[in-house]
Amino acid sequence: MTTIDTASHTAFAGAGVTHAPSAVAAWVTTSDHKRLGRMLIVSGLVALLGIAAVGALLGFERIDAAATTLDANSITQLFAINRVGLAFFAVLPIMLGLAVAVVPLQLGARSLAFPRLAAAGFWAWLFGVVLIVISIASNGGPGGGAPTFVELFIASYAVMLVGLTAIAGSIATTVLTTRAPGMNMRRVPLFSWSALVSALGLLLVLPVAAGTVIYLYVSYRYNKVPFGGNTGMLGYLGFTLTQPTTFLFALPAIGFAAEMIPVTARRRMPMRNVLLAGVALVGVAVLGGITQVNQSLPWSGSGLNLDDLGTKIADLVNYLVFIGLPLIGLLVVLLLAPLAFKGTRPKITAPFLFGFFGVLMVFVGMLGALVNGITDLGLSGTVFEEGVSNYVLYGAVIAGMGAVSYWGPKLWGRRLNEKALIPLALLGTLAVVLSSLPYYIAGFADQPAGAVTFDYAGPHNIWNVLVTLGHLAMLLTVLSFGAVALKGFRSGPAAGDDPWDAHTLEWATSSPAPANNFAEVHSVGSAEPLLDLKDTGRNS
Amino acid sequence: MLALPPSPAPAPRRQLFVGTSLAAASGAMLVGGMLAMWLRFRNEAIAATGHWVPEKITIPGVASNMMLLSFVGICVFGQWAVYAARRDDKQHVGVALGLTALLGLAFVNAQVAVYVQMALPINDTTGSAYGVMFYAVTGTMMALIIVGMVFSLVTAFRYLGGRTNDREIVTAHAIYWYFIAVAFSMLWFVVYVTK
Repeated sequence: MTTIDTASHTAFAGAGVTHAPSAVAAWVTTSDHKRLGRMLIVSGLVALLGIAAVGALLGFERIDAAATTLDANSITQLFAINRVGLAFFAVLPIMLGLAVAVVPLQLGARSLAFPRLAAAGFWAWLFGVVLIVISIASNGGPGGGAPTFVELFIASYAVMLVGLTAIAGSIATTVLTTRAPGMNMRRVPLFSWSALVSALGLLLVLPVAAGTVIYLYVSYRYNKVPFGGNTGMLGYLGFTLTQPTTFLFALPAIGFAAEMIPVTARRRMPMRNVLLAGVALVGVAVLGGITQVNQSLPWSGSGLNLDDLGTKIADLVNYLVFIGLPLIGLLVVLLLAPLAFKGTRPKITAPFLFGFFGVLMVFVGMLGALVNGITDLGLSGTVFEEGVSNYVLYGAVIAGMGAVSYWGPKLWGRRLNEKALIPLALLGTLAVVLSSLPYYIAGFADQPAGAVTFDYAGPHNIWNVLVTLGHLAMLLTVLSFGAVALKGFRSGPAAGDDPWDAHTLEWATSSPAPANNFAEVHSVGSAEPLLDLKDTGRNS
Repeated sequence: MLALPPSPAPAPRRQLFVGTSLAAASGAMLVGGMLAMWLRFRNEAIAATGHWVPEKITIPGVASNMMLLSFVGICVFGQWAVYAARRDDKQHVGVALGLTALLGLAFVNAQVAVYVQMALPINDTTGSAYGVMFYAVTGTMMALIIVGMVFSLVTAFRYLGGRTNDREIVTAHAIYWYFIAVAFSMLWFVVYVTK
């Protein structure tokens, strides 16, 4: 046996043949969850640059409400890619990428469940995104005039959805099956818990969207009338791009913020089970996604008129359950934070600020979704809805950047410059507010969504200038964050194994985490296994 | 580096079982979502024109009922494979998996027969969505069946190739076919019975 091994090795070495793949091939063929996660995050951030630029362009187009510089078809297509891109090119890959990279480490697992499925999912997603961009650039997509490329858009959309579903399946299976011994579901770290809830939600919502895409494709290919042809398709897919489905996309960001509370407070999380329930409540948004039913508060213009009471009660229940419960879930997370900080000296860090401000933005977006559903306010079809989406999705991105700076040391082995990050957290928050809040106001003034020419009383050019600046500020934030990350992860100070004095298992291995993550399987006795160990060390 | 106490090897993970169950849930949402949209269009068409199925189109009852009945056999054979695998009976596992795939093939054959007998135009010039939706939803179902047949073949190759300890894949295989049976039962009722 030894002879064969040695001879084989010597023979290859003597022939000058190496079996080590090149760096590029190693990344392309990887099924290592840390590499896959990083590829998803970086791809999402790069896509976000483009989406923020498109957002700024559309904002700029709306400053002069009487004239346009782009033709009508291009504007429709830009609106489409802005909506689709923010959700599916940027936010979801960043959130899923974080989960892919971090969840196995948090669970004490050596790898992701079905790693090759997740790798295939990543490439399918990327392939779909590239084809969608090509189709829209070639006059395809919603409102496009080139039928072949409209078909390509729809087919690519399906490929992208399949890819994301595969990744979500891998994450959910990982949390359900690869936890360290002793880690029951109540001891699962908060971020992993949120990743599980989000992944399960995606596994239920994305196939419904895929079914719709199949109808759209067959309809457009053979008989353009039933589903509205190239102009009607986004109406059928709109439920995946708006609230409450977007709450699901933002869920890992909420989980990250929840994870940061006890680490920042430097104590065990009080009422942790309630926090878990709060995060899970946000997952109720899945019901809104899969049913696609009316989520508005009825009694439009009728005060307390009790005519047709059954329908009104049905609408009211939908509204309260689909929009109200996720909001209550996030409220629970936010309200438990002061409880954790009570009597402690919190150690405020840049990741915490990113997470806190990001989730605060998501919360404002959720409040907006609640208001948007009140029929009497007449906000449906106005830019108020765009403002809500921007708050939720951009807010999730801000928290996502915090998560990258928090777990980056474990993935790259180096720390980022805190002093450079803190202003970026503030700039990012300002960007979210500027790109969203003016649309809340303009929505009340009836500025229509998805249109660049309109007429309403009020200083509409001010609101649209502010929104344009907001998107540009987001572009600047992402660019600056990328520069800080590039510099820090390449030449920053070595991170150490536990740079944040954290509580969960990922910090029990070396930084950067080695292949297979852990040399041996850990046994867990609480939700804060690392804190247990530190407490034992302090007491002995 | 901090070191937590080592523990004994973790219990069997049943990843394939859990993964297949999640895939089945996703597949159920795919088919369920498509059928929900079918019902919505159906209701709207009936409200607008008084009918949903185009005139002169007859849905072949025999072939569609045989498709449903084939799932009785598929479920029995899928569970037979699980039963035999628990008893390390390679021969019976092979026969059961083969019969499962064969019935899947019979289903595809029956579906094609339905298409031929119906002669339903997909590019209906009246603007009716029936043709488009019929081919989309039944085509999706057929694709899921073909995936199931591939699953049967992979399971057979792995198990008969010597991995007889890998009983989980046989169980996961049965789970997948149960899901297909439920999904087709819903489709059968909505598309072929309710019309």
